[in-house]
Amino acid sequence: MTDGHGLEDKSHFRGVWVFLEGRAGHLRDVSTQLIGEGRRLADLRGTPLTGILPGKGVDALAEQAIGYGLDRVIVVDDPILEIYRSRPYAQVMAQLIRRHKPEIVLFGASKNGRDLGGRLHAILETGLAADCVKFDIDAEGNLDMIRPSFGGKSLAHILCKKHRPQMASVRRNVFVAPPHNPERRGEIVREVVELSPQDADATLLEFEEFTKEGGLRPEEADIVVSGGYGLADPKNFALLQELADRLGGAIAASRKAVDSGWVPKTLQVGQTGMTVRPKLYIAVGISGAVQHLAGMQEAEKILVINIDPKAPLFEIADYGIVGDLFEIVPELVRQLDALKGGDASDRRAVPAEAR
Amino acid sequence: MERFDAIVVGAGPAGSAAALTLARKGFSTLLVERGRSPGVKGMFGGRIYSWALHDLLPDWAKDCPVERYVVHENMAFLAEDTALTISFDSPKLGEGRSASFTALRAKFDSWLAKKAQEAGAVLVTGIRVDGLWQEDGRIRGVLVAPNDRVAADVVVIAEGATSVLTRSAGLKADLEPREVSVGVKETIELPAEAIQERFGLGDKEGAAFVFAGQASLGLRGGGFLYTNQSTISLGLVVSSEDLAREKVEIQEVQTRFRMHPAVQRWIRGGKVTEYSAHLVPELGAGMMPRLWGDGVLVAGDAAGFLINNGYTFRGVDLAIASGIAAGEAVEAARAAGGPRAANLQVYEKFLRSRNVLPDLERFRRAPLYMKNERLFDVYPRMLLEIAERLYTVDGSGKERLADIVLREAGAAEVPKWKLLLDLLQGARSM
Amino acid sequence: MSPADSNARPLRILVCIKQVPKAQELQVDPVTQTLKRVGVPSEINPPDANALEIALTLKDRHAAEVVVLSMGPTSFDESLERAVAMGADRAVLLTDRILGGSDTVPTAYALSETIQKIGGYDLILTGEETTDASTGHVGPGIAGHLDLPQITYVSEVRIVDGTVRARRTAEDGTEWWQTAMPSLCTVNFGCNKPRSPTLTGKIRVKRGGVIAHWSCADVGIDPKKVGLLNSPTIVAKVDTIRLPPRAGHIFSGEPKETVRALLEALIRDRVIAP
Repeated sequence: MTDGHGLEDKSHFRGVWVFLEGRAGHLRDVSTQLIGEGRRLADLRGTPLTGILPGKGVDALAEQAIGYGLDRVIVVDDPILEIYRSRPYAQVMAQLIRRHKPEIVLFGASKNGRDLGGRLHAILETGLAADCVKFDIDAEGNLDMIRPSFGGKSLAHILCKKHRPQMASVRRNVFVAPPHNPERRGEIVREVVELSPQDADATLLEFEEFTKEGGLRPEEADIVVSGGYGLADPKNFALLQELADRLGGAIAASRKAVDSGWVPKTLQVGQTGMTVRPKLYIAVGISGAVQHLAGMQEAEKILVINIDPKAPLFEIADYGIVGDLFEIVPELVRQLDALKGGDASDRRAVPAEAR
Repeated sequence: MERFDAIVVGAGPAGSAAALTLARKGFSTLLVERGRSPGVKGMFGGRIYSWALHDLLPDWAKDCPVERYVVHENMAFLAEDTALTISFDSPKLGEGRSASFTALRAKFDSWLAKKAQEAGAVLVTGIRVDGLWQEDGRIRGVLVAPNDRVAADVVVIAEGATSVLTRSAGLKADLEPREVSVGVKETIELPAEAIQERFGLGDKEGAAFVFAGQASLGLRGGGFLYTNQSTISLGLVVSSEDLAREKVEIQEVQTRFRMHPAVQRWIRGGKVTEYSAHLVPELGAGMMPRLWGDGVLVAGDAAGFLINNGYTFRGVDLAIASGIAAGEAVEAARAAGGPRAANLQVYEKFLRSRNVLPDLERFRRAPLYMKNERLFDVYPRMLLEIAERLYTVDGSGKERLADIVLREAGAAEVPKWKLLLDLLQGARSM
Repeated sequence: MSPADSNARPLRILVCIKQVPKAQELQVDPVTQTLKRVGVPSEINPPDANALEIALTLKDRHAAEVVVLSMGPTSFDESLERAVAMGADRAVLLTDRILGGSDTVPTAYALSETIQKIGGYDLILTGEETTDASTGHVGPGIAGHLDLPQITYVSEVRIVDGTVRARRTAEDGTEWWQTAMPSLCTVNFGCNKPRSPTLTGKIRVKRGGVIAHWSCADVGIDPKKVGLLNSPTIVAKVDTIRLPPRAGHIFSGEPKETVRALLEALIRDRVIAP
């Protein structure tokens, strides 16, 4: 199922594409963030920026996407594409790429984005760099795809010199979404890709949405209170929840805490978990393995609470308290309550524009 | 299901010797070890007497991972800050069947297990055998999990002092506290040149020390020191009953032992790289468990084959000899119609001809002798005071040696007849 | 046993595994800036071990043969042996010097060809990603090459009436997907506790003959499609991360005082609202 397009004359390939993902009538954060970075790259290359939006009845979403900075959106509307499925989505992308020969294709490193990119790069036999955190254009006009390697200890520059398109995925919250401009105009192009019902080779039997217990998801929160192995017991996460509640934040955890079965994997920050970029990241009882750093070092401010003054995380702390978390965290809660005269539920991080 | 003629549990010296013997005799043999590799869980003082190894592998010395051959034997009596040391040097100590050498268990046990493998035994490490597979009152194999069992005609238990399987086979009653000592050992790193210079040793030569008196704070037991190639093994074996009675932690005894000037001078500047502690079953032949049953034999530490008379700590040699005897017994039982208990009884005969039981019986008084606290407290103190007087010249005139001895005996409140009895008893048990 | 098992042929489940340096031992050579592989203890890539556990659980329930597959140097035998000791029936190692330096494209291609050569498969399992490269591209890449249905990021797999049902973890919730067989699933890290090797399994390894070594020629892999030179991507260079300078206000001492000092600083710096 692969083809040899990779070694075709690469000068035929032009344009920057962004694979767009929607949910409940809105673009996912990762897609709007990608549009921002895609815009920058398209301008650097002097080429248009195109969003690719397979789906069913997604015109409104296409309009919305243009407002973030796209020049045009290619919509492939087909009932088979109503929900994400690996094979038909990969077929659509492969055919569109062969048809239009884009130079660069960006995907969100979401579950579906990775699912799609991995399948597609094998079909197209072209390079795909995962979890990029930065892009440049090198002297020869190649996309310099920069991604953390070795668990975040270093950054690797990945080049795909001979094959086109150059493909990369980017995690949520690595780039900042551009402001939406409803006035912006762009082209919406409808394309047809041959699909047969057999292409829907997987059936979604059930979907159970995660309950939003505890309120916010860590990726969405301005303040994240994250617990590690130092908490010693799953029930001590209640302490962190109290603190998070006072600050209007969300709780998260290190891999060790997740591996110990204390909290669900969906709360894991780090290389094999999520990347967060809050205004304040509070690390409680986390020593700071490099794999953890990969998921939180982009936080604007980092507060570390650890009994071990040699914990590596202190090295990247803006603020730190060396002490017993079981004394410090309750004391923090007490003093926060005292500051607000007991009503502290609306304490929030100071919005960026106010700083 | 996997099946073997024989399964040996534990790849220590006893287990590997048994597996090697069985494999040589044509038994399909499985050797199972719970450690990541043989010897990593092994504990011992640090010295191996080679006679049994001679019987098992006549050319053992060719590639055996010997640290040093012991050619300097020392016995030291410690008081608060003084020491009286008796040394015996002989290059002959390191030769022939009576040679003894220091070794590291991780290396030695791996080497011996490899010999068993070369003879055809299948070695599996990293598996802890939790139980014996028993049916109709006899052993059918071993059991790791409900659906992980391996069949065998006979199981040789060489699990070491833990003796979980031995008990589950109904072959041993739980140890009482008074029958148990606590052993601790530190490994101290020093450059080989420093060791050779300090102890006056040649390249492959080694020294051994036993310490009495203040070494164990006067509790029953003693200390030991062995030189390895570039480490020193320093440890203590102390009666757990005495520790409990005096409410002393073994770590504290060890710390004070290590700080004694007569110990410090050997180890100063060294770095402690390992610390281990374990229980030493202080059994004589009189307390030996029943060693065979239907389809099962017990060898090595698990069988209580240890000798500790305060001056000699022996285990590995007896383990090897008992492993050989176990292999011989299984072969004899096969010839007699199968490894039923009645046929395996021949094990005792082989333990005798391999000198395990005779040695144990010869030293059987040792545990009792060890309970004589005069040996550990009064006499060492007495000797030291005699020595102190002998070597202290202060211009007050010299006494005759015999006067000094008798006066010290009097001061230590030991009747003369008791002194004589102790000497006799001691001589007999040694 | 489900009715599906009444078929004459037992299920064949393939599990793709990689041997990686133990996560906590991850070290970068300061000179070459590459991952230290020599002298570092190795393990089965943890998500692959979770995939293997799913395969072995299916084997416990159905009549299934579990074949483990890897690509790499012969030192990978260590992990393949462990997989067999855990309960896999046999293992295949694709090992050939010309594979060295392959990125995910040739890797997915070479593994796909090896899978074809093994043949007769009903289900292919891989880990969601490796802990040393963490791309997650190879599993879906294999599905792409072999044109199989794929379900990624699954924590549970069932075989029901000749179909595969898998529970997938997506950003917003859990999904139960169903596909025909054969299909490929990538398995979430940490979704189960991989079993320990068994005595029986270790004996099978010791008796030998459970691991086959295949070269590219054995499999019929095109040498022009594998290796460093035939990989679309190259690592042009590696930078050590320079983290933005952080303020580093560290407080220690009596809890009341340190917390007070911290909150003052947070409010002064407008990190939290007063």
